[in-house]
Amino acid sequence: MNNAITTNIARFIALVLVQVLVLNHINFLGYINPYVYILFIILFPIKNNRLLFVFLAFLLGLTVDMFSDSGGIHAAASVTIAYIRPVVLKFSFGAIYEHQTVKFSNTDVGQRLTYFLIIILIHHLLLFSLEIFNISKIILILKKALFSSIFTLILCILITVLFSRKTK
Amino acid sequence: MQQIINFLIRNKTFLLFSLLFCISLIFTFQSHSYHKSKFINSANFLTGGVYESANNIGGYFGLKKENQILLEENNRLKSILFNTKTSETVVDTFIDSSLYDGNYILKAAQVVKNSYSLTNNYLTINKGKKDSIKEEFGVITSKGIVGILDKVSPNYGRVRSILNSNIGINAQLKKTNHFGILTWNGESPYIVQLIDLPKQAPVVVGDTIITGGLSTIFPKGIPIGTVTSFKTDETENYFEIDVELFNDMTNIGHVYIIENLDATEISNLNNLDE
Repeated sequence: MNNAITTNIARFIALVLVQVLVLNHINFLGYINPYVYILFIILFPIKNNRLLFVFLAFLLGLTVDMFSDSGGIHAAASVTIAYIRPVVLKFSFGAIYEHQTVKFSNTDVGQRLTYFLIIILIHHLLLFSLEIFNISKIILILKKALFSSIFTLILCILITVLFSRKTK
Repeated sequence: MQQIINFLIRNKTFLLFSLLFCISLIFTFQSHSYHKSKFINSANFLTGGVYESANNIGGYFGLKKENQILLEENNRLKSILFNTKTSETVVDTFIDSSLYDGNYILKAAQVVKNSYSLTNNYLTINKGKKDSIKEEFGVITSKGIVGILDKVSPNYGRVRSILNSNIGINAQLKKTNHFGILTWNGESPYIVQLIDLPKQAPVVVGDTIITGGLSTIFPKGIPIGTVTSFKTDETENYFEIDVELFNDMTNIGHVYIIENLDATEISNLNNLDE
């Protein structure tokens, strides 16, 4: 149990630092940045105290906001995906989730991909709508959300593969 | 009473979620208006410190480029210095703020964080209240303007970049005194927009845009950029001009902070009849 807490604290700090010091400055093709810090929310243990989880997501978003001077957009997007995560888990993993035995390293690749994709898409859509905050620029919002989502998805999958503890 | 408590307990996650979501929305809306973003900004102890230490390492990689910029500026200043004795009218340089009667104080600072891909961009600099820096001071580089300070902590300051959709800086054509407002549409970090310029102004592509003397923040004559294209707006009375910046906003190292000693006096005078 203690081990899980330490892992998550370390993951929180490492992801925030990587996000604000490296990933916020990539600006691929001018505006595409991955937002990999939400990996903390994606990989948070399934059996958890939901109140604590939602609050931690808020804290995570707020920290990123503080570093990138963006008001509260990351906090809003993170807290939303943390709140709706059980629904997405149920949708993408189905029966296994009902028994609360999901281990991300043991799941089917397709299921995991769906789960990542839904969470990332919702987060990015909300993030860019709040950032641009102008309905007449809806094309720009969708464009930014789509391209950044692809970038984030690829990086998230690479990181999970890289740091998975499965030894063969 | 019992039912209310039961309801609260049953929906505690949703209530917490709504509360946190509303708090983040409030922060977001506050950041859209001037001077309102109180807590969440990168000019505090934690974020400033992290950015400063990262910048200490990253700074070494840009030294060559920085030296080049300094050399160019020295070169330009020297050429003004040597040429003023022979010809009083230096045509090809911008109006130097040092020619004014000491109304402006300049301080050098270093950028520790820069962003340019968002809709509302900010920079963080390593000077703050301890260096007598206040809000509403202008920030420039040797090539042109960068932004306006909008938040200071004891050691750091946050600059509202000209690449911010909420900025409006008074600007004018260099050759005439027609002035307009400098804004940004959130697209290219190299192009800003000059709006509300009267249609009577003789604009041609390639004209230089400088700051106008109407604001109390910047002195008149700081270079901004050149006109790349222009068209009339919906009312057909004003021009909308695309201005290509002299500054490369994606690469800002050293900046100067301008303090206008007469700012309060001028704004008091302007507010007399309101």
